[in-house]
Amino acid sequence: MSATAGTVERVDLAATSLRDLNQRLHDQAKAAEPIGHWQVLNPSGAHALACGLDAPIEVEIMGHAGYYCAGMNKLATVTVHGNAGVGLAENIMSGVVRVTGNASQAAAATGRGGLVIVEGDASARCGISLKGADIVVRGSAGHMSAFMAQTGRMVVLGDAGDALGDSIYEARVYVRGAVRSLGADCVEKELLDEHRDEVSELLAAAGVEGVDPGEFRRYGSARKLYTFHVDNAGSY
Amino acid sequence: MCGIVGLFAKTDDVQARLGAHLASMLLEMNDRGPDSAGVAFYRRPAPAGGSKLTLHHPDLGYDWAALAAGAAAEFGGEPDVHRRDNHAVVTVDGPADEAEAWVDAAHPEVRLMSAGSVIEIYKEVGLPRAFVERFGVAELDGSHALGHTRMATESRVTTDGSHPFSTGLDLCLVHNGSLSNHNRVRKHLRREGIAFRTENDSEVAAGYLMWRMREGATLDQALEGCLEDLDGFYTFAVGTADGFAVLRDPIACKPAVLAETDEWVAMASEYRAIATLPGAEEARIWEPEPATVYSWERVAA
Repeated sequence: MSATAGTVERVDLAATSLRDLNQRLHDQAKAAEPIGHWQVLNPSGAHALACGLDAPIEVEIMGHAGYYCAGMNKLATVTVHGNAGVGLAENIMSGVVRVTGNASQAAAATGRGGLVIVEGDASARCGISLKGADIVVRGSAGHMSAFMAQTGRMVVLGDAGDALGDSIYEARVYVRGAVRSLGADCVEKELLDEHRDEVSELLAAAGVEGVDPGEFRRYGSARKLYTFHVDNAGSY
Repeated sequence: MCGIVGLFAKTDDVQARLGAHLASMLLEMNDRGPDSAGVAFYRRPAPAGGSKLTLHHPDLGYDWAALAAGAAAEFGGEPDVHRRDNHAVVTVDGPADEAEAWVDAAHPEVRLMSAGSVIEIYKEVGLPRAFVERFGVAELDGSHALGHTRMATESRVTTDGSHPFSTGLDLCLVHNGSLSNHNRVRKHLRREGIAFRTENDSEVAAGYLMWRMREGATLDQALEGCLEDLDGFYTFAVGTADGFAVLRDPIACKPAVLAETDEWVAMASEYRAIATLPGAEEARIWEPEPATVYSWERVAA
């Protein structure tokens, strides 16, 4: 491998198999001198692109991605220049995953750390079962987003669909636009200074400028469902 | 799983190559539905007052010429038949409902796949890749077409259980998902006089649309009725003489992607099927909202 820092390693999926690409990306975790910058050409909606990365490298996908792109990402920065299919950055651990277009269902599902940025719209169940990752959606998020989200933060600059935050635990959700409906046990909460600071921090991390954090509304758990009642603690 | 593809041509060039485009879309969905495959093409309208039937007989040596001669003797005109593997399109100089009734009575050994003035339905068990070869899908032209690849869940893998399902004259349905109340709905529809050939859940959805439209509903109204009366998971695509419509259930677990350029409108279970089309990278791409009917129609020139 002759590539060095400052150069871009280009992999054309019209000529290289997906398995070879992912293997080469995985190998960077153990490489003495990892290749820092990759571009994937002709992705054509292939599934499982750049999954399971575990190195501080930058991967650009030059087109639309299929299902489970950048799943389980650790340390890497993955950018999709296009749309992404179902399960973008599923179970992300750390690093940054950015999509310049729209993301399909269940973006950042079960994510435990890191940041997922959707510059267009996110579809249904964005941030479902979130466990610590951060999500910034510049457009709107679909129905049942943040379903059973346990911890982590989600910022939506546009609107949210039906049943936002259904059965949510301790995750914090901020929406600037309209919320079509709230899910079971999800309520609007007061936006305090600490929350404005949190929104500002997330917007800055996502590269969003000129948006007043005071325009957002905060949503979270009313803590009224079964699991929150101390009377039920002895049931286990 | 199952895969759905649909393509609506806006230009003469896309119309001429519709089959080649749809075939490459269908091939991308091969792995989503390896049990059977099928297509509905809207092409080459029958002359005014006439109609087209697509018929199936498992025997490749079946005497289609004799059947067509019988139709010509019954309805007048010249015998007109085009065989495509074990299917044949017979053009009849008479209305579709009368032609359908004649085939049922005179040739109970053949199965009716579709009837109308423009629709042709071909479907068969086996890998979609093999189906595309066998039926020469890439050679077909047309104004619009739907395709389906099946991974069977609710009923047997048979030609009759393959998609698309005819839902009336020039109408058809393809389905990705599974319905949970299909037995009850089928029982109700049988009482209303709708006939079923299989235990397939998707055939019930097709029968439901047929029944609603027979009772006076528009296609959009019939599809909206699905939201009330059908329980389960579905992405439906419905072909009509002039276009097609798409509907996802309110939960929208089953995938669907829509894309549009100045030359075509496409729908597919996954983007990778659309990626095979010219200009896909520049297309406007979006996911249809749950519980919302989307439809395209050709505007009469």
